[in-house]
Amino acid sequence: MCLAIPGKIQSIELQYGGTVKIARVSFGGIIKEASLEMVPTAEVGDYVLVHVGVAISKVNEEEAAKTFEYLKMIGEIDELVDHTQIDRQPER
Amino acid sequence: MKYVSEFRSPERVDILLKEIRQVAKGNWHIMEVCGGQTHSLVKNGLLNMLPPAVQMIHGPGCPVCVTPVNLIDKAVHLAMDKNVILCSYGDMIRVPGSGMSLLEAKSKGGDVRILYSPLEAVKIAKENPGREVVFFAVGFETTAPANALSVVHAHRESVKNYSILTSHVLVPPAMEAIMSDDDCRVDAFLAAGHVCTIMGISEYYPLVEKYKIPIVVTGFEPVDLLEGILMTVKQLEKKEYKLENQYTRVVAAGGNKHAIATIDKIFEVTDREWRGIGNIPFSGYTVKETYSHYDANKKFSINITEAHEDPTCLSGDVMKGKIKPNQCPNFGTKCTPVKPLGAPMVSSEGACAAYYHFNLATAEIEI
Repeated sequence: MCLAIPGKIQSIELQYGGTVKIARVSFGGIIKEASLEMVPTAEVGDYVLVHVGVAISKVNEEEAAKTFEYLKMIGEIDELVDHTQIDRQPER
Repeated sequence: MKYVSEFRSPERVDILLKEIRQVAKGNWHIMEVCGGQTHSLVKNGLLNMLPPAVQMIHGPGCPVCVTPVNLIDKAVHLAMDKNVILCSYGDMIRVPGSGMSLLEAKSKGGDVRILYSPLEAVKIAKENPGREVVFFAVGFETTAPANALSVVHAHRESVKNYSILTSHVLVPPAMEAIMSDDDCRVDAFLAAGHVCTIMGISEYYPLVEKYKIPIVVTGFEPVDLLEGILMTVKQLEKKEYKLENQYTRVVAAGGNKHAIATIDKIFEVTDREWRGIGNIPFSGYTVKETYSHYDANKKFSINITEAHEDPTCLSGDVMKGKIKPNQCPNFGTKCTPVKPLGAPMVSSEGACAAYYHFNLATAEIEI
């Protein structure tokens, strides 16, 4: 029920007599309509999180990148540990 | 970046699993509150990859599962009325009521329609001015803005033949109910990311303080879940208790002010009955008096006082995290997704359905 999927805004049009912004959002090629009433600043090209036909948040690219930077960092530390262990293998 | 495949990367999952294995020393029970998170953990095989020191307990965050039987009976009653078009999210229609499910009502001639969005229901009402359109509005805080928005649309368009049958529930009171249970085994929570996208994170500070328990707001993809688990385990190992946010790419501390304003316009907080758990004070939304003509509960006087539940169904214990689905004697025998005894075997977010579909029927998972 709480499933919400990120998709990219392809186009925006005004409906309901020009009062409501409705976006066409692409989810990996599948296009669905979503209301932008909860994210009025969203623009074409932005990624939004859509739940039951309503966009509930813009996806923050900088914050997403932080996760990957963190993982890269701990991944590199692991590699370092692994190398040390390889170096320490007993010589014959 | 597409914000999906990157968060399912096996390499990144490996890095996080390695880190969790290194950090986890104690014996920790972490509850993921949301059923969507349960399904992602099970579907992606993460439960079996976590070290034995980290045990996941599945929470009650499946709105379909906690919708009371008498409300389903009301929906069925409305669906059988020839003048009513009963619309619902797909998850809801196979959930057993006292007599029949909405799907059975449909097979007996009821006009039951499965919709992707409540906004479509308002359009159906506009196209069918001679009939009443009722939307079965279930959900947690994530879904509340969309359901409220349907009332806003109907009101603005002067659509008088539209109403919602509300069964809205709230996450923090349920977490409080779980923690205050004497048998509670939960050491930390992964809070439901999309609920916090709407409401923000501040509601959880009192829980962290009162129960001295780590809470990490977490997303739904494998990388999100494992990062959330890692953040939680780090706190537990250091004997800390803090509120942290793993899901910063869509959860702002203050939530979504437009969504909160829409909820506040249409709904007010009320006590709610949770199927399998019981009454929890201030744990749900109901339609405000000002908009009561959009409230199906008031628009149609349906008196269903007695509802029947299968007494052998242990879904309440499953949702409170007391037992795993495969520890229920009915699991996969008397109770299957085709012939369910309780809602968690039906819903796409129910823990029993997750275990059944992803073949954890016989898996040995320690509690």
